[in-house]
Amino acid sequence: MFRIVKKEKLNPVVYRMEVEAPRVAESALPGQFLIVRTEEKGERVPLTISDYDPEKGTVTIVIQEIGASTEDICAFEEGQAFADVVGPLGMPSDFTEMSDEALKGRRYVFIAGGVGTAPVYPQVKWLHSKGAAVDVIVGAKTAGLLIYKDEMSRYCDNLYICTDDGSEGFHGMVTGMLEELVQGMGKKYDQAVAIGPMIMMKFASLTAKKLGLPIIVSLNTLMVDGTGMCGACRVTVGGKTRFACVEGPEFDGYEVDFDEAMRRQAMYRPEEKEAEPHVCRIDIRSV
Amino acid sequence: MVTRTVWIAWRPGIQDNNKTEIQTDMAERIPRVPVREQDPKERASNFDEVCYGYDIQEAMKEASRCLHCRNPRCVAACPVSIRIPDFISKIADGDFAGAAGVIAEDSSLPAICGRVCPQESQCEGSCILGVKGEPVAIGQLERFVADWNRENKAVRPVPAQPNGYRVAVIGSGPAGLACASDLARMGYSVTIFEALHRPGGVLEYGIPEFRLPKEKVVKPEIDDVRALGVEIVTDVVAGRTITVDSLLDKEGYSAVFIGSGAGLPRFMGIPGENLNGVYSANEFLTRNNLMKAYRDDYLTPVLKGRRVVVVGGGNVAMDAARTALRLGSETSIVYRRTEKELPARREEVHHAMEEGIEFRMLTNPVEIIGDEKGWVRAIKCIRMELGEPDESGRRSPVPVQGSEFEMETDEVIMALGTSPNPLIARTTSGLETTRRGCIVADEDGATSRPGVFAGGDAVTGAATVILAMGAGRKAAAAIDRYIRGE
Repeated sequence: MFRIVKKEKLNPVVYRMEVEAPRVAESALPGQFLIVRTEEKGERVPLTISDYDPEKGTVTIVIQEIGASTEDICAFEEGQAFADVVGPLGMPSDFTEMSDEALKGRRYVFIAGGVGTAPVYPQVKWLHSKGAAVDVIVGAKTAGLLIYKDEMSRYCDNLYICTDDGSEGFHGMVTGMLEELVQGMGKKYDQAVAIGPMIMMKFASLTAKKLGLPIIVSLNTLMVDGTGMCGACRVTVGGKTRFACVEGPEFDGYEVDFDEAMRRQAMYRPEEKEAEPHVCRIDIRSV
Repeated sequence: MVTRTVWIAWRPGIQDNNKTEIQTDMAERIPRVPVREQDPKERASNFDEVCYGYDIQEAMKEASRCLHCRNPRCVAACPVSIRIPDFISKIADGDFAGAAGVIAEDSSLPAICGRVCPQESQCEGSCILGVKGEPVAIGQLERFVADWNRENKAVRPVPAQPNGYRVAVIGSGPAGLACASDLARMGYSVTIFEALHRPGGVLEYGIPEFRLPKEKVVKPEIDDVRALGVEIVTDVVAGRTITVDSLLDKEGYSAVFIGSGAGLPRFMGIPGENLNGVYSANEFLTRNNLMKAYRDDYLTPVLKGRRVVVVGGGNVAMDAARTALRLGSETSIVYRRTEKELPARREEVHHAMEEGIEFRMLTNPVEIIGDEKGWVRAIKCIRMELGEPDESGRRSPVPVQGSEFEMETDEVIMALGTSPNPLIARTTSGLETTRRGCIVADEDGATSRPGVFAGGDAVTGAATVILAMGAGRKAAAAIDRYIRGE
């Protein structure tokens, strides 16, 4: 059993949980994810890893309530245990394979949307420890939904906040902020990384391409086993079918067929929700 | 027991000089005892087991048909060499516990094998009675003994004295369970690491409930493996959570057996395979079997198409089609060769047909067509004809020019076979694999890396439960020799 040692509410619909899972904590690297199953009748829900502590034997997950299964996870309290936590799954971020010399001074910009901000955090932490220069753009609908501001500012060089309603920071989309940084302020980056709702990653990739900036995205596709067995997670990248669970979740943003990915993500969504133009709803994996 | 005397009367006298001849004659006069099954119409809409199995009378009567050949071909044809005539003779004598004891010497999963082994091409396929008539129903008899033993708790697993060595087994499917059981019986402390949340591998995620009940049959048999002292740790993905290297170098295991199966689904590479409503058979079956999506009280969803097309002709295709049918879908199987070449077991094909699944032979999909929202609307197929035989000796199908046609469907299930998952090979140093991703291992399961053994589908590519068990057993013997330094 995988006991919850700490639970916090980060905003009205997002929770952070630190969970005992020693083997996962021991092997986890930035970019990877895990799967939680609350109890016998529950779904296997893929969630990103937002921190890990091999010494304590814990991993941290951040979950947004967006459907029956994520609501079940969020209803768990400190001291209770999940039936299953399996991971780390997927490939670690490319930079975990790069040498310290290559990373030193390498300039990164992260584009984080909603609950996708959480998995950006371990990446920023890792890169910071290797001496990379890291800017982070965090976007949310409104100031009250922003998460990981303090944690992020501890490790990044510059934190740029964007809200759709202008209640905090830049008034507009993360893509607008990225353009502002590169074109307006003349900032230079070697690599962009976008993690958030599929629609945000799509437009972040288009913007990055326009700016000539290479971009990595982390795809939150549907999954069952998460080990390459079922193919529910298949996405078209560069014209080829790839399994996000074992070959991803990170791919070259220029190459991903986002429209297909969004359509596949909605496969089990009831008709009425499909019509709802609410960005957060797209985020099945709740990263 | 009153009935018993009747069957004994049917068995010829032991002293008879022309024993074999008379026995053959007798046995041929007793027809193979048919096994009772759920009515096809009824079972097409439930997930209860199709086959009811023999009762005591039926089993004893069927057991009396065995000729007890001096050189039993059935034993030679069994991948785990169960002493078939011995256990059958105990059934005929009414000594079911004795029969269970004989089987237990060679198999730890008899209730499973009795149900899913391809007996027609193994033990029963080589039964001498099959030359002129019907072979002894060895599979049904094995199942009877195993079920009887489970219900009566007669022969129980006994843990051996520990010998102080630890062996890790990756995967809790048939290969891993068989390997672990044999090693445990020799005194090894065995830990099985399973990636999914329930042990059993393909027995759990692949084979449907109506062929292999999970709580009633799979779980108790796995519990028996645990009772031998084997520890099963779920939620551990080899190649991610742990590696073979870390098991040997850091965790102190003396040897590792890899029985990780062939879990990677294949697709055809035709347009439209990523449309909404297209499944791999693995996904469709995993949702239903492991995640129990067919039950309303489980949260995992599964699509229930109005018309489902299953592509492929193997056992997995039959399982997927019969599952779709039970979910209420009108179901067709599309296969590029003819009924004769269907690789599925005859029994499965027969059951599928009985239940009302439509078979479209000599038909091959060329494209899946979507509607404006990206959901499957139809599958475009081409008619095939059989040409010259290929390397496998089967006549290879060739398309009939200009014969394309569309079949209306809203769900397509691709059952085209699977390959081994490359995760373990990629993360283990010095482990050789073939071009197709199979781990290279010799007859005994020894791989290119000392101390690392492999068997089952991970080595051969997708095959059968019993072949995987056989490979697991051979590897167990080899691991024992390796650790003892022989």
